[in-house]
Amino acid sequence: MSTSASFFSDFQITDLLFLGEAAGRTLGISAVSITIGTVLGCVFGWALQESKWLAQVTIGTILDVFRSVPLIIQLILFYNFFPIIGWKMGPFAAGAFVLSIYTAALVANVVRGGIDAVGDPMRRAARSLGMSYWHDLRYVVWPIGLRAVFPSWVGVALSVIKDSALVSVLGYLELLRASQILITRTQEPFIILACAGAFYFALSYPLSKYSKKLEEGWAS
Amino acid sequence: MIEIKQLHKYFGALHVLQGIDLNVSKGEVLSIIGSSGSGKSTLLYCINGLEEIQQGQVVVDGTPVHDRKTDINKLRQRLGMVFQQWNSFPHLTALENVALAPKIVKKVSRDQAKSIAEKQLKHVGLGDKLDVYPSALSGGQQQRLAIARALAMEPEYMLFDEATSALDPELVGEVLDTMRLLAEEGMTMICVTHEMGFARDVSDRVAYFHQGVMEEVGPPEQIFGAPQSVHTQKFLANVR
Ligand SMILES: Nc1ncnc2c1ncn2[C@@H]1O[C@H](COP(=O)(O)OP(=O)(O)O)[C@@H](O)[C@H]1O
Ligand SMILES: [Mg+2]
Repeated sequence: MSTSASFFSDFQITDLLFLGEAAGRTLGISAVSITIGTVLGCVFGWALQESKWLAQVTIGTILDVFRSVPLIIQLILFYNFFPIIGWKMGPFAAGAFVLSIYTAALVANVVRGGIDAVGDPMRRAARSLGMSYWHDLRYVVWPIGLRAVFPSWVGVALSVIKDSALVSVLGYLELLRASQILITRTQEPFIILACAGAFYFALSYPLSKYSKKLEEGWAS
Repeated sequence: MIEIKQLHKYFGALHVLQGIDLNVSKGEVLSIIGSSGSGKSTLLYCINGLEEIQQGQVVVDGTPVHDRKTDINKLRQRLGMVFQQWNSFPHLTALENVALAPKIVKKVSRDQAKSIAEKQLKHVGLGDKLDVYPSALSGGQQQRLAIARALAMEPEYMLFDEATSALDPELVGEVLDTMRLLAEEGMTMICVTHEMGFARDVSDRVAYFHQGVMEEVGPPEQIFGAPQSVHTQKFLANVR
């Protein structure tokens, strides 16, 4: 091996640290997007389900667009669009914004399914006991609907973690971007991508494990 | 007292209730019979405000049900309702099913709600099922759970909408027995039912509905012994 400075160098232990930091950013942008997207998605899904046509033509149409346009196109469009309307947004903010709306669009559908699963007869029974509309939502629709669609929501969350890799096109230094940088330097794509994959798994596994445990608890 | 005056109900162009006049006094048991689609369920929904009405009036203990100023959630506490589908809350135990509404609607304490629930579950013969989830109960038990849940709000009236129609035949008896028990205790009840035996033995009056009209109402001896209306005669000839 030559001792002279070279553009290329081997994969080192500090690179693992570099990847680890990037995984932290993947986790960060995913957590922010999933949280905001879930809250918005609950509101949108509820509005779509409960106030049929007005919400349908407004929110429904917008969410349909977000659901059908490829995420990578949305990211690039918004990242370049925000400066035009005078918003200074870094890659994180722009990425989190787009990912949140995208998550909200998916979660809204899940939420509609959840409300649907509860069904009108169940809700009428709740109301007949003197429960208000909000009582019904809080104590009947929420717990029953949540149990019905929780696995779908976990599916959405897991796919958002993976899809957050696309934010790398904005130059945000998350896992995929970091991997690309390392690959260019070390020319060892196999080992680096394997490490990156392991990090993605390490981020997703606790979520799917924890959700399985939650579901088992509900089933008993 | 429940007073129904010239009640008209439409679903779009469909004239489902065509001018119903009916009073039910305290302590009375009224059974409503009639073929499917004659508007029996809709009438019950109009009584507790689950359906809007287009004309006429429903008044419960002096309070007009469909008046905008009426606190409908408060009024519904006077009107327990049991549906064809029992609609147990699947995520709650039997005890929690019954305790929920007293806790959140009447805002009684946790302990008080629990003791109300225990009392009502014993009342309907489910005293040994307090901590069981609905999925582990039979249809008949779930329907009795639904009755206990309604009773926990201490209603003045109970509305039953074909409470036994969705049950396997061998489970019908236990639910009818519970309804009989309530009747004997003096509960005011309106029971939409296909159980002619129950209607004959337990009711003070029986009403026959036909295509949105109350064709005939009277004591069971009249309806089952000497029906006045041709439609009633035809209907009863078919169900016997
Ligand atoms: N929510 C609804 N929307 C439209 N039509 C309805 C609705 N509920 C009931 N109907 C119609 O009203 C009529 C009476 O229904 P219902 O009161 O359920 O009859 P019953 O309980 O006597 O079988 C039927 O023709 C039924 O199809
Ligand atoms: Mg009916």
